[in-house]
Amino acid sequence: MNKTAIGLALTAGLLLPYNLLAQMDTGRSSVVAISKQMGVPVEGDFKRFNAQVSFDPAKPAQARASVEIDIASFDIGAEDYNREVRKPEWFDAARFPKASFVTTAIKSVGAGRYEASGRLTIKGVSRNVVAPVSFRAQGTQQVFEGVLPIRRLHYNIGTGEWKDTSLVADEVQVRFRIVINKK
Amino acid sequence: MHGTTVGYTRTAIGLHWLIALLIFAAFPLGVYMTDLPFSPMRLKLYSYHKWLGVTVFMLAVLRVLWRLTHAAPPPVAMPAWQRIASVATHHLLYILVLAVPVSGWLMSSALGMQTVYLGVIPLPDLLARDKALGDQLAILHKALNLSMAVLVIAHVLGAMKHHFIDRDVVMGRMIPFLASRHP
Repeated sequence: MNKTAIGLALTAGLLLPYNLLAQMDTGRSSVVAISKQMGVPVEGDFKRFNAQVSFDPAKPAQARASVEIDIASFDIGAEDYNREVRKPEWFDAARFPKASFVTTAIKSVGAGRYEASGRLTIKGVSRNVVAPVSFRAQGTQQVFEGVLPIRRLHYNIGTGEWKDTSLVADEVQVRFRIVINKK
Repeated sequence: MHGTTVGYTRTAIGLHWLIALLIFAAFPLGVYMTDLPFSPMRLKLYSYHKWLGVTVFMLAVLRVLWRLTHAAPPPVAMPAWQRIASVATHHLLYILVLAVPVSGWLMSSALGMQTVYLGVIPLPDLLARDKALGDQLAILHKALNLSMAVLVIAHVLGAMKHHFIDRDVVMGRMIPFLASRHP
């Protein structure tokens, strides 16, 4: 947690010079995790999260982004399931209430397409990941979208008998849309 | 057995017993699994239950098509009320054997749990995710199942009455080895 806090503080510090501490449009932004249970895609979305983005399409190398997710806000569509996935076997939301993604480098890979490298921290485990991100400007807003495939077992999500990937597949798609109001 | 009046075709008999067997597996499974706590076993049994349901539905469609193109044997002599009860029971059973799986499919769709046959073939979700509707469909699924259970009991008792009391050919037409023992 401390690392995350330091990371976020650093990120915030880096953002300030650009004077682009933009506000996320909560209503239009989403972070959805799609897992597969015996072949059945199961979607859950994080109701509470926040993103800070400093991005100028002309200067992707100077872009910064961080996302912080409130793990307990995960909603899979049924309250009894939500309670289960907050337990220690899954997210252990009591011990690890936040997940985060903090970019370390962003590079352009085509028109409107970028690769955001960064540290993804879930359940106390931090790993380097590369998220494909598409960008478009929409009026006064910046829209970032992408799907980041992760492996749940890398983050100890689903322990004990839940490690069985024939029940719940290891690969989980994290589909995100971050909409930022530019000043 | 090419005639239309002698008895049921082997195909009709085979489908009857195959469907019966699958229903006798899916029904108790459905009753049992809903009380299980969230566990790998519960996930597995739900999947198996759904796969059984899809199989029953497909076989039932075949059976109805077969029935429409291959006449059932003529009724044996019996009082009019029994004849009416028998026709009504058979028609309702055909309807329920189709309606029960469909109600389960709709319920799963509304509850946001897609049905993926054998974990491989995804069935389209006929309804958008709607928890309240899903809960109502769950009640409908249960009610249709209880109705089917009552009708199956009536169906079995009726067949046994024909065999043991009336000592006619009715039950033997679906259980060929019984037929050979009766004049």
